[in-house]
Parts: sequence; C-alpha cells; structure tokens
Amino acid sequence: MSDAATTPPDQQPPLLVMRGICKSFGAVHACRDIGLRVGQGDILGLLGENGAGKTTLMNILFGTYAADAGTIEIAGRPAEIRTSADALALGIGMVHQHFHLVPKHSVMENLLVGRPGRSGKLNERTVIERLDELRRDFHLDLNPRALVSSLSIGEQQRIEIAKALIRGARLLVLDEPTATLTPREAQGLFRALRAMAARGLGVIFISHKLGEVLELTNRVTIMRHGQVVAERMNDGLLGKVELARLMCGRELSPPEKPFLAPGADLLRLEQVSTAAGQVNLRDISLAIRAGEIVGIAGVSGNGQRELADLVGGVLPASTGQLSVGGAIVREASARLMQNLRIGRVPEDRLAVGMISSLSLADSMVLPWIERAPFSRRGVIDRAAIRRFAARQIKDFDIRTSGPEARTGTLSGGNLQKALLARELAMDPILLVAAQPTRGIDIGASEFVHRQLLDLRARGGGVLLISEDLEELFALSDRIAVMYDGRLMADLPIAEASVERIGLLMAGIEDGSSALARQPAHVER
Amino acid sequence: MIRLRLERRESTPAWLQIALPILAVLAALILCSFLVSLAGAPVLGAYGELFLSTFQTPYDVQDTLVKASPLLWTGLAVAVAFRAKFWNIGAEGQLMAGAMAAGYIGERTFLPGVTLIPLMIIGAALAGAAWAVIPALLKVKLKVDDVVTTLLFNSIMLYGVMALLEGPWKDPKTGYPNSPVIETAAQFPILAGDTLHLGVLISFIVALLVWWLMDRTTLGFSIKAVGANARAAAYAGFSVNRVLITAALISGGLAGLAGAGEVAGVRYQVTSDLSSGYGYAGIVIATLADLNPLGVIPAALFFAIIMNGADAMSRDTGVPVYLANVIQGVALLTMVAGRLFTLYRLRITRQVAHG
Repeated sequence: MSDAATTPPDQQPPLLVMRGICKSFGAVHACRDIGLRVGQGDILGLLGENGAGKTTLMNILFGTYAADAGTIEIAGRPAEIRTSADALALGIGMVHQHFHLVPKHSVMENLLVGRPGRSGKLNERTVIERLDELRRDFHLDLNPRALVSSLSIGEQQRIEIAKALIRGARLLVLDEPTATLTPREAQGLFRALRAMAARGLGVIFISHKLGEVLELTNRVTIMRHGQVVAERMNDGLLGKVELARLMCGRELSPPEKPFLAPGADLLRLEQVSTAAGQVNLRDISLAIRAGEIVGIAGVSGNGQRELADLVGGVLPASTGQLSVGGAIVREASARLMQNLRIGRVPEDRLAVGMISSLSLADSMVLPWIERAPFSRRGVIDRAAIRRFAARQIKDFDIRTSGPEARTGTLSGGNLQKALLARELAMDPILLVAAQPTRGIDIGASEFVHRQLLDLRARGGGVLLISEDLEELFALSDRIAVMYDGRLMADLPIAEASVERIGLLMAGIEDGSSALARQPAHVER
Repeated sequence: MIRLRLERRESTPAWLQIALPILAVLAALILCSFLVSLAGAPVLGAYGELFLSTFQTPYDVQDTLVKASPLLWTGLAVAVAFRAKFWNIGAEGQLMAGAMAAGYIGERTFLPGVTLIPLMIIGAALAGAAWAVIPALLKVKLKVDDVVTTLLFNSIMLYGVMALLEGPWKDPKTGYPNSPVIETAAQFPILAGDTLHLGVLISFIVALLVWWLMDRTTLGFSIKAVGANARAAAYAGFSVNRVLITAALISGGLAGLAGAGEVAGVRYQVTSDLSSGYGYAGIVIATLADLNPLGVIPAALFFAIIMNGADAMSRDTGVPVYLANVIQGVALLTMVAGRLFTLYRLRITRQVAHG
C-alpha cells in the first residue's frame, strides 16, 4: 500500500516506515509490496490469519530474513537490518510468543545477558536504575533478585519487555503477547503499553483477539495472503465484524447450535479427587451426556489441565469413580481411554499432542499406530499411513507441504486442525478439547468450532475447557467453573451470565459472599 | 553484496541424508591433511595408502569385512539405544559380557557340538542385554543418569574380565591370562578365504533386520516416538518405561553379539584386549549414520578401512597409526556440525545495497 508511506502529518519523523517489502519462499509470496508505518505514540494492531505474512514481515524487520525488495526507514533514515543486532542497535525490540529466558537464573542475570543494544554498557547498577525508571514510567514492576522459574507467565513477559527497553528500544513488537496471559495480566500489559505510547514509543501489537486489538490500539493494519488489505484508524467506529471480514476475506457466520435433547451419560465423574498433578482436583462430580457440550471456565492453573489429563487417562484418580458409557473405569490409562473412544486434544499441541521432529503423517497416527490399517501384527503399512494423512490434510484443509513435512514446521492453527483430524478420525463418543482455539486465527477457530458442533450433532459429547468466555458461551450447553481444583457450579447456559461466571472464576460463589473470600489463584 | 542465511527446512531431502556423511568425512579428511603434512608425508600419498591398501588383495578385503563386523554390531546397538534417548555409552562392556558368555558356552564339552554355535549366539545376546538392562532399570526406576552408569559399567566389566582371566578362568594349558580355547565345533565356519567367518554374514543380515525393525514395525515406531518426545508418546498411550527397557535390551543384545563374533569367529578365546574400543567406535559410527541402521553399514565399513589402512599408511609413509583415530574423532565433529543442514538450508542472496 503506497499511502502508508506518504509524509506523516506530525513534525517528528515516524519511528518506522516500511515500503514495498517483498519476500518469497520458493513459489510462495509471503509478503508482496507491504507498506507499514508506526509513528511516535502509535500502538499499531497488526492483524491477519496464520500465513498472512505478519511473522515474515516482523522477521524482516528484526533481521531474521532478508527482504527480496523494499526499504525500511527508522526515524526518517534509511536502515539496513541484517541481523537482530542491527535491529537492536536501531531501537527495535521484539517480544516473542515464546520467551527466551534462562529459567534457573535471576531476573537480573537474564537482563544482563546478550548484546547491550543502544544502551552502551550494561551492569547491575545501570540495570537497577533503569528498572526503577521502568517501574515509574510504565508500571513494569520486576524484582531483579527473583528466579525466572518462580515467576508467572505475565512476569516473565515483563522481563522480555524490560530487556528490550533497557537496551534502548523505541519500537516494541509483541507477537501474540496475550495468548498465555490471564485477563488480569493482559490488563497490566495494556496499561504498560499505553504508558509507553504516551511517552512517544511505538508498539506493534500482533494478535488474533479482535476485542483486545480494538481496546488497545489506535490504528490497525490488516494483512491477507501476504498483502496489506486494509488500514483503519481505530476511531470507535471500527467493529469486530468488519475486522473479521477483512482478515478472512469473507463474512463469518456465528456457528449455529440447534437445540438437542441430551441423551445418555457418556462420561460421569463422581466425587473424583487426584493427588499427582500440580493442582489437586477435589471432589469433582460432572456428567456429560450425548449431544452435549459442557464448557469448563476458569483462570488457568485452577485444575483444568488436571481435569483433561484425568479424563484422558494420564492422571490417576486417587478417590472417586469415573465411568464411561455407564461402565466403571477402574485402571484408567491413555490406551484404555482411547479404546473407550474418548478423543483427546491437549492444550499443549506440540509438547504433548504431537511430536515436532516426526513427520506430520507419523504424528497423525501416533496414538493409532497399533491399529489396522496402520499396522498388522506389529508391522507398519507406510502406504496406509500416508493415505490416511493425505486424506485428513485435504478434508481438514491443513496447510502444509505434505504428509512428510516435519510436524514442528506447521503453524498453530494447522497443528490444531491436524490434532483434531487425528482424534476425530477414530469416531470418538466424547472429545476432551483443552484450549482448542488458543493462539489460532479466526478462520481456524471457526473451523474448530464447527467440528465440535458437528460432533455434538452426531450425538457425541464434548468437554470444552477454555479461558475464552466468548467461545464457551457460543458453544456450551452447560458451563461449569473450576476454581482451586473444585467445580464451583454447573449451570445450564440459559442461567449463566458472564458476570456470574466471572465471579465464580474468582472463587466467589455468589454475590452476597463476595467480600468474604479473596481470589487466591488469579495471578497464577 | 552476498549474504548467507540459514532458513528452516520443512523436511529433509533424501539425497542430503546420503550426501551429508560423505561430505562430513571429506571435510574431516581435509582438516586432518594438516596433520599428515605435519608428519612430513605427502597428503595424497598417505590418504592413498589409508584407503587403497585395504583393497589390494582379496585378503585385504576379507580383513576389512571381518574388522567391520564388530563395528557394525556396536554401531547398530548405539543407533537403537540413542533413538530411544537411552544414552548407551556401554556397548564396550556389553560386548565383553557377550564375549564371556560365548567363550564360556564354547568350551562346554558336555554339550552336543551342533548346539554350541546357536547357544553361543543366544547366550551372548542375552548376556549383553542383561548388562545393558541394569543401567536402563536404574534410569527408569531411580532416575540414575544413564550416561554415567553405562560408561562405568564398561570398567566394571573390563576389570571383572581381567580378574577372571588372571585367576579362575586362566587358560591352564598356556598360563596366559586368556580363557581356554573354545571347542572346534564352537568356532564359526569360515565362509570364504581364510578369515571371513559366519558372524560377518550374520552381522550384515542383522543390520537389514534392524532397519526393518526400526522403520517398519510398531516397536521401532514406539522407540522413535519415545526418544523424540517421551511426554507426547506417553500421552499417545505408549508405555515409556517399557519402550526404554526394550530398546536397552535390543541394544545390549546387539553389542553382545559383537562379542560372540570376536570369540567364535576371530580369537577363539576371551582375551582382555578383545574389543580395542569397538564399543566407543560404535557411538561415532551410529552418529555418522544419523542413527539409521542402513547408514551404519557404510559407516562401519569406512571405519574398518581406515583402521586397517592405518597400519599400511604408517609403514609406507611414516604417518603414525593414530591418524585413523583422529579422523574418526574429527568426522564425528563434522557430522554433528553438518546435521544443522538437515534442519536448515543455507540461502545465498545477492543484494544491491539499499536496493
């Protein structure tokens, strides 16, 4: 887009102007003639589906890739960015979705590691001085003596931001910064970013969460298929529907959820407790019936992961009773739950769901390898595995170079589709879906939602664990809330409201006793 | 301006998997040519001796194959163990355990002659497997580091064997610290020439079988899955501990068979210098083969060639035989470094400044 590069109205030169950026990988045009501008005090939302070219563009800005064509100007001067050290020296800081921290070292040590950037020499004294400034100016509170491993995700992210700012960053790029934050931590981040913008810094905020983009940014650039398709001022008139339409290139219709009379119990938990996970489940009673989606709300770390692991057969129950389809399960194991046709989509797609170094085809048959047609009497049929993977790739529209692609090279949304394709292939009666749309784009999320609703329509059940209340309200027939390892409530969707669920998530049973209890796990 | 960059590959092309070890070896030879010239010998002449002397007569070729056989066994043993991330540094000790079993069975006069060879093979495999499974159990049950235990188990085995050979198991006929010579019926038949024994043939056939096991069976799949990501494998329903123990058993069994081959095919008795580092060489061979059992075959042959060729080279050019060990070590480093290119590709881009 050429109008991005026209002379800015303000006096100061813009922090960043990118013009005509092109980059292709083989025959794929990842970026085509991209223009981007970030002025002082701008918080620019960069939107686009997976594969739209956002990450490639940011990698070019940070010197990871070389652009095939195009120019970059930093503060009015042409810049050549060949390495991340160049980017740092020019005042560009990047906060990746996955942090680059040494967990066993202190905050101070992590801040000192690496090139000094524009800051000149870094030592303990200068770092402490700057941390004081960051606390004062941007509300970025960090204890330099704390060990990184003892900190929450939100605090670790603060270290990454501090690392960039201490090195003199004037332009901060954040890639999906709220994907793993609790709502409260996200608000803290937004406050810091607004304070930075108020002091003339620039922010590029990459996110799939349209609500957050509308809340935080003042301008939005939307990319699709490697091109900028729209630029908008966030002037209060911009809405989610329009943003979603621009990102996907089509109207998104909210998923339809026809009324279904629930059938027999598929899964029943009675007074189940666990003792082996990070959070102990306490006296969980829950039933999921045929044709029902049961949503589990809660702030991360209140036992949702343990609940998914319990039903998935990898976390043993210490007391209580679990039954599937009316039959009591005594010695639960991953294999047994698979054989009872419980599909499992874990929240950690790459570390638990699939194996990044294996081919996609192998990852897609990982739990099923011992079944025909993938193997017979212990002998694998490679052709059958390939055929299966190729078919699922086609049916689920998984974007990859093919079944032999290394699993780890797939994007989050495509990994999630592959995982879902794998679990749905064996025709489960019940699917445990943990954070199924976390960090993936709108188009892929919509696809995932449709699959869950299709399973429900076929008479299957879904245990949907999510931190996205919008998703829970759109899909669930009933919503239960987890707090500190217990199920707080189990409400039909008609009786649930965002306010009530929000209070329950903080451990408050009803309005009257709100003052009696303090939420203990919100910051986790 | 020319810029070099690494970009991530979606998958590794097959030609690269074959070319990489060859290039790694060539790079190692180029690096080591410095040492050759330091020894005052012509580089090409010395390398010519190193590689070609082992092809001069049919006897040389036989010797190379016989030498390659134990390297093949230990290379396969390490390849299987490392795939499961069971860090078996103990093929050396497992080889000795197998050699002891073979040597002991081979001198049992009360056993019918025809049963000796099969029993020695089975016994050696079981002994090697047993010696490997102890560290594996320690790892699984008590989380004891397998690198340390497998390595130290080598010393326990070696000095244990030496104590036996100096004492109760000393050959009464000669008085040397060697075990008694095995029965004639226990000696592997010579298939061709005067050294090429049955064990060599078996080792090459087993290499194909191990490839099939790792690539085409659910057991091999589970070993690869557990090694690549134990948490994901457990979530998918594999019993991680059982897979690790199985991999250790297979690995130890393969290493034990190297011992059987040396006792029944070469030495006809157990000696403390039986192995001369085959177990450790197996680690380098498996790495050079990128843990692929088929790749272990050329890697073991390459090692056998330079180990045998080093003597001829030293005789004719005065370059010390230890050059062969240096080449092995450097080839390990160049291979490990070169593995980067299976995950990334080097892109060379030309750019006009400010273009």
